[in-house]
Amino acid sequence: MAMAQSPFDLAPQGENAFARITHNVARVAEVSKPPRGWYIAFGIALSLLSVFGVSIGWLFWQGIGIFGNMNPVFWAMPIVNFVFWVGIGHAGTLISAILYLLRQNWRTAINRFAEAMTIFAVICAGIFPGLHVGRPWLPYWMFPLPNQMSMWPQFRSPLEWDVFAVGTYFTVSTLFWYMGMIPDFGTFRDRSTTKVRKMVYGLLAMGWRGSSRQWHRYERAYLILAALATPLVLSVHSVVSFDFATAQLPGWHATIFPPYFVAGAIFGGFAMVVTLAVPARQFFGLKRIITVGHLELMAKIILATGMMVGYAYSMEFFIAWYGGNDYEMFTFFNRALGPYAWSYWCMIFCNVVSPQVFWSKKMRTNPWVILGVGVLVNIGMWFERFVIVITSLSRDFLPSSWGYYKPTFWDFSLLAGSFGLFFTLFLLFCRYLPMVAMAEVKAFHPSAHGHGDEHH
Amino acid sequence: MSHHDDDLHGLLAEYETPSALVAACKKVRDAGYAKWDTFTPFPIHGIEKAMGIRMTGLPWIVLAAALVGLASAVGLQWWTNAVDYKFISSGKPMWSIPANVPVYFELTVLFSAFAALFGMLILNNLPQPSHPLDHLQAFGRVTDDRFFLYIEKGDAKFDLAETQRLLDGTHPVTVDAVNEDRRTSDQLPKPLVLTAAVIAVLALVPFAFIAKARATKTDKPKIHAMGDMDWQIKFQAQQPNPLFQDGMAMRAPEPGTVALDEHPDDEHLTAGKVDGQFVRTFPAGFKVDEATMARGKERYEIFCAPCHGMSGNGDGPVAQRAMTLAEGTWVPPTALGQDYLRQMAVGQLYDVVTNGVRNMPAYGSQLAVDDRWAVVLYLRALQKAKAAPVGELTDAERAALK
Repeated sequence: MAMAQSPFDLAPQGENAFARITHNVARVAEVSKPPRGWYIAFGIALSLLSVFGVSIGWLFWQGIGIFGNMNPVFWAMPIVNFVFWVGIGHAGTLISAILYLLRQNWRTAINRFAEAMTIFAVICAGIFPGLHVGRPWLPYWMFPLPNQMSMWPQFRSPLEWDVFAVGTYFTVSTLFWYMGMIPDFGTFRDRSTTKVRKMVYGLLAMGWRGSSRQWHRYERAYLILAALATPLVLSVHSVVSFDFATAQLPGWHATIFPPYFVAGAIFGGFAMVVTLAVPARQFFGLKRIITVGHLELMAKIILATGMMVGYAYSMEFFIAWYGGNDYEMFTFFNRALGPYAWSYWCMIFCNVVSPQVFWSKKMRTNPWVILGVGVLVNIGMWFERFVIVITSLSRDFLPSSWGYYKPTFWDFSLLAGSFGLFFTLFLLFCRYLPMVAMAEVKAFHPSAHGHGDEHH
Repeated sequence: MSHHDDDLHGLLAEYETPSALVAACKKVRDAGYAKWDTFTPFPIHGIEKAMGIRMTGLPWIVLAAALVGLASAVGLQWWTNAVDYKFISSGKPMWSIPANVPVYFELTVLFSAFAALFGMLILNNLPQPSHPLDHLQAFGRVTDDRFFLYIEKGDAKFDLAETQRLLDGTHPVTVDAVNEDRRTSDQLPKPLVLTAAVIAVLALVPFAFIAKARATKTDKPKIHAMGDMDWQIKFQAQQPNPLFQDGMAMRAPEPGTVALDEHPDDEHLTAGKVDGQFVRTFPAGFKVDEATMARGKERYEIFCAPCHGMSGNGDGPVAQRAMTLAEGTWVPPTALGQDYLRQMAVGQLYDVVTNGVRNMPAYGSQLAVDDRWAVVLYLRALQKAKAAPVGELTDAERAALK
């Protein structure tokens, strides 16, 4: 590897298991120079972020005519990108909340940066509805703010539910994430060597000193937040699916949408977690904390949710035939054999076929195979939303208005730019914040039990 | 170690393992201390029992916040959509629980989550900027790999020698005396205060602009942040357009254009006239039947009855109200059963419906041609009913009148 001289390849220091965990995680944020791979990745991310800035600037200057949206495809790439990013943002809370309630202790290795990934993905998602409304200086109309027009939002619309669902999800995920980091900020504060670091991490830690009386309330609050976040994570993508399911359009108007969207979101989210985890553990020497065993468990979840998604795809076809509705049948024939068949089969290959390699233990314990499948699934999940939005709209009830939607340069530059924003935030997170929940990893270490004797 | 007794704040014992700490906790608990605590890098399973910590009341705070969140969601949606700003959307009811459930759920969760985090912080007395333990170098490992037990001097049972002996008996690595914190300033750090003040002032600026905009009037046009949608490259209806000979942007129909419901050649049908004379017959092709009569009755009761009354006596609700107000300038609507109207040509009646007469406005723009003729037909029926001789009634009708 090119990283052979990296300080992260050295064995972690410390006289006991707890100190080694602290050192292993904290050094990522403490070394004066991160590994070269971080600089390369950050450079690429910043360039993409500037592409995002330029694209948004041009959009605001020129108007949404720069998009490829046309009659009848009025909802196009901005909505595809929105649903894609919101979906990615589901794995983090799933890992932190649902796996916590299910006492899946392996989650501690990956929950922190899966949560960070969630928040950054939801930030990316939140930008697109604001961009696609056509008057990007008026998105505050989505919120129930008193105004001189004496108008209020319309709460019977799923689009308004979306505002509340995504807004709540972002806020609760951020609170959850921050609360989880408080003890680790304490660790960073106590290890600080400069005044600025001590001040900043000290402020973030709010005077956390690990009192057991505080830990007691902290754990209770964590449990409550997990219990709240679990139904929340299920509600968010259900509400996003209502945007489609409550419309009359064949291909959208389906009761399977909420569970199908939630399974797809978890699927896509885990794919993004492994996409980030494999390089991160490599660059930052976290292989002892994020082990191959963890990656294998995530590969199994990807395999399971991938098959749920595959089941939903086939069930849509079955219902189209079984329901006997001509329009519905046409829509699904058109998906698989029509002008956008290429996107449909691309989706099937990435989402249904590619995860099948995980049946083999050899494949699901090879980090680079997992990374490859993760990237493919990300692509496939983007195409899933493309297929749902574009194929359904481009062949609507009125054949005279049928058309072939082609995204423009700016549609793609905004998508690429949003990756820039995502990776910039993620790389800054890796550099400055505790990337692994140290306190939680320690709590589940074999030597952490309060009863009986043990030796280091 | 050296210290003044006045300066003493408490005694700190350090342990290498969680199990040593838990064992020590049991001894300190059983000795009856109250003002003591343990400090650990991670939550230790079972230490609550060893320390005698009682269950926190946090879940009740969160429950209260959840109920407030739910009530806010109900109130918000009810006030905005069912009371203050009503409008029909897709025929849905203004106020129905199913359509509002997603927002109930989201706000309940949102309020609860805030209560869980901030309730935890408040109950834990956080943020806590300083603590006497901060000045012990060894205590820095509390967030890394060491476990501490601290008994405060303020405890009723605290006795330096006695407490020291108790702690020594729990096999600690060391026991340290901790002094009162006389070094940490009780002032907030200056850079922090300065930053907070600057942010607070800057945060007020947008509100100041909004307040100014609301309180003042201007004759200048509004600011167009993005001009592209306000000033589009297109000709608007009343603007000049050099592309056409007449120089107008708005185009008139081509000469000879006929709209779908126009019959320009059938003067009898569209104007009620033939050669300038009002016709006395209904147009050819106009069906005089029950269906047309029912249509005429329906249109009459919508468009005519408000003034002329349901039976054409000139006593509709508009007329009645005007008479009640008795303002003196009111010209009462015509009673439609009068002789001159019974003799009037149907073409002229049609003309009155179409173009209006005296105070009566024209209804041509609101009633289609066939509907106007249907109204005239129904009017004829009303007139006939008012002047019907007893001999023309059926036996049943005569019985009903008696």
